[in-house]
Amino acid sequence: MTEPDPLEEELRSAGAVADEQRRAAPAPTRGPADPPSSAAGGSGTVRSSISGQSVRRGDRVFKGLAAGSGAVLLVVMAAIAAFLVWKAWPALFAGDANKGNLFTTQKWSFSSEGPSNFGVAALAFGTIVSATIAMAIGVPVAIGIALYISHYAPRRLATVLGGLVDLLAAVPSLVFGMWGLYLLVPKTQGFQSWLNEYFSWTYIFDNTRFTNPNQYGQSLLMAGIVLAIMILPVVSAVCREVFLQTPRETVDAAWALGATKWETIRTAVLPFGRAGMISAAMLGLGRALGETIAVALLLSSAFKINGHLTEKAGDTFASTIALKFGEASGTPLGIPALITAGLFLFVITLIVNSIARAIIARKKDFTA
Amino acid sequence: MSTLTSPAPTTPPAGRALPSALVGARLPKWAPYVAALIALALAVGAKYGLGWTGWYTAFFTAAALYIVVLSAWSYSVEGRRRAKDRVASTLIHACFVAAMVPLLLILVYMLQRGLPALTTGLSDPDLRGLLVGGLIGTLEQVGMAAIIAIPLGIFTSIYLVEYGKGRFARAVTFFVDVMTGVPSIVAGLFVYTFLLLGFGARPFGFAGSIALAILMLPVVVRSSEEMLRLVPRDLRDASYALGVPKWRTIIMIVLPTAMSGLITSGLLAVARVAGETAPLILLTGYSSFLNANPFSGDQATLPMMVWDQLGKRTGNPGTDAGAWGAALLLVLLVLLLNVIARLLARLAQPKTK
Repeated sequence: MTEPDPLEEELRSAGAVADEQRRAAPAPTRGPADPPSSAAGGSGTVRSSISGQSVRRGDRVFKGLAAGSGAVLLVVMAAIAAFLVWKAWPALFAGDANKGNLFTTQKWSFSSEGPSNFGVAALAFGTIVSATIAMAIGVPVAIGIALYISHYAPRRLATVLGGLVDLLAAVPSLVFGMWGLYLLVPKTQGFQSWLNEYFSWTYIFDNTRFTNPNQYGQSLLMAGIVLAIMILPVVSAVCREVFLQTPRETVDAAWALGATKWETIRTAVLPFGRAGMISAAMLGLGRALGETIAVALLLSSAFKINGHLTEKAGDTFASTIALKFGEASGTPLGIPALITAGLFLFVITLIVNSIARAIIARKKDFTA
Repeated sequence: MSTLTSPAPTTPPAGRALPSALVGARLPKWAPYVAALIALALAVGAKYGLGWTGWYTAFFTAAALYIVVLSAWSYSVEGRRRAKDRVASTLIHACFVAAMVPLLLILVYMLQRGLPALTTGLSDPDLRGLLVGGLIGTLEQVGMAAIIAIPLGIFTSIYLVEYGKGRFARAVTFFVDVMTGVPSIVAGLFVYTFLLLGFGARPFGFAGSIALAILMLPVVVRSSEEMLRLVPRDLRDASYALGVPKWRTIIMIVLPTAMSGLITSGLLAVARVAGETAPLILLTGYSSFLNANPFSGDQATLPMMVWDQLGKRTGNPGTDAGAWGAALLLVLLVLLLNVIARLLARLAQPKTK
């Protein structure tokens, strides 16, 4: 624990209550009604008979328990990083045991005798592309939902409707994956081939391999769309909170100037919520990057970088860990390589989430 | 949006309101419906006229045409600003619908495939055994995760709310936030390296509980922190004024006041992890016979049963009834937890008085 003197700390936290009261009502300075402050905090200077040794010991034990729980949390975070690095080490620095380059090779093959050949290039590509599609679709829609619930929906219905959106967060990702694979993918074959027919000039929707709509199916595009649905609740919940905090005066001022509803939102609500929206988007990004099961069901693994989003290819860090785990233990580098993938994922999500939290924290300082 | 209704001296000609001194010309109230009808008619006409297959194209065309028709009409009558307002309002409503459609589709599709699967699954003795084993495994693992994570999380939030000051508290707050973002598969991988590789253990149920507890912990801390902050200062002050020490104040006053809120947050956290599959793939293994002991041997859970029956674990798909029945059972379990939590949350509301 970092604090130097537990007594002083206690005084500051518990005594602050009494201090506040004293400041609020400065009439009796030191009267018979005052002792509680010393009893509550167990003051170090005034030893009264009420705040005996036993009271302070109880406080110290309880505070130790509470702070210890916080410490467990920090230890777990540190242990995650340490164990992943430790167990990924053989694959991170495989040397001759890995024919490929860890960062540029688009392969994931292991052998029990000869050198393996693997690298995370295709995984990184798939992870980034699917998350990007999810963000491109999910974030604007989520902001729209948040605006609807905070400013458009009838006040009485707003909480209920917000609860409905939150219900989307309760659906297990396994179910999203099954729904996507068995309902959405077959139903959108026509849509995917339509994209190829009219938008093949965009390169990303070009598909030179398939000639028949029935060949379309699992693709990075569909994974991205399902991910977009999955990040909706978290992004819209954060945005909603921020939008609801818009200062009443700013909104009223906009109304008073004769602004339309949209102008009010554009000039008062959105600028106020910008930091909140950015951090919400980052939280959604973290969710999308780390999503495992739905993506594992929706992608068909190929370990190749393929910019044509409707073709059957795509792997992410998370989906590879889930899908390749079963066969990994047979080779010496199989498991370390998967842990390496996990380490990359951990670091990426850590960075994304830290940025999101830093933005929120700065915003808090700014408004306070 | 309320508008001033100007006393119109004459009845306005159809489709066009007379401009008043206060409010510019406005479209009549029924304009959006008419625009929708026009768009729908055009889209259906296009479907048959141009020989489109499928109703999706017609539907999306109608939606796009609706925006075009309405904004053009509004632009010609009300001007640029109001037209923009109408487009924005339409799009924002559409966003909400866009979220509700998948939710509805998922629930309906789950019932459609899951109900028959679950009924056949429950009547078939083999499948019933699998389902019961999976349910027991899920309840045990999630329950033990809750036993680890909820007290730890509540104590951490007590620290943050009642004691937390200085660098250590800030570090805890920051890492709670960061931990929220740890992907479930990474939590699973950590427990795998730690328990299974580190100690050379075979997969067992409790390993899954630990991973689930790691995922639950930040959720519990966050929500119970909010609950504890809702407890009015006055209650604490009153207790201090009676000379009650701080720790007893927390146990006797703060926690009971926030209790129903804390239960809600715990249940929501349980619901959040009950459907997790990713860490279990690495940690708990899967067994087709009942293993009620989470501390030794492979243990089946509902998510793992789905994963197995879909053929993702071994490459041999099982039965449809197994996969969809187990998935529906899982969804029902998660929804039940959510409903109970929300009902309790409602009960918790008047406590602030």
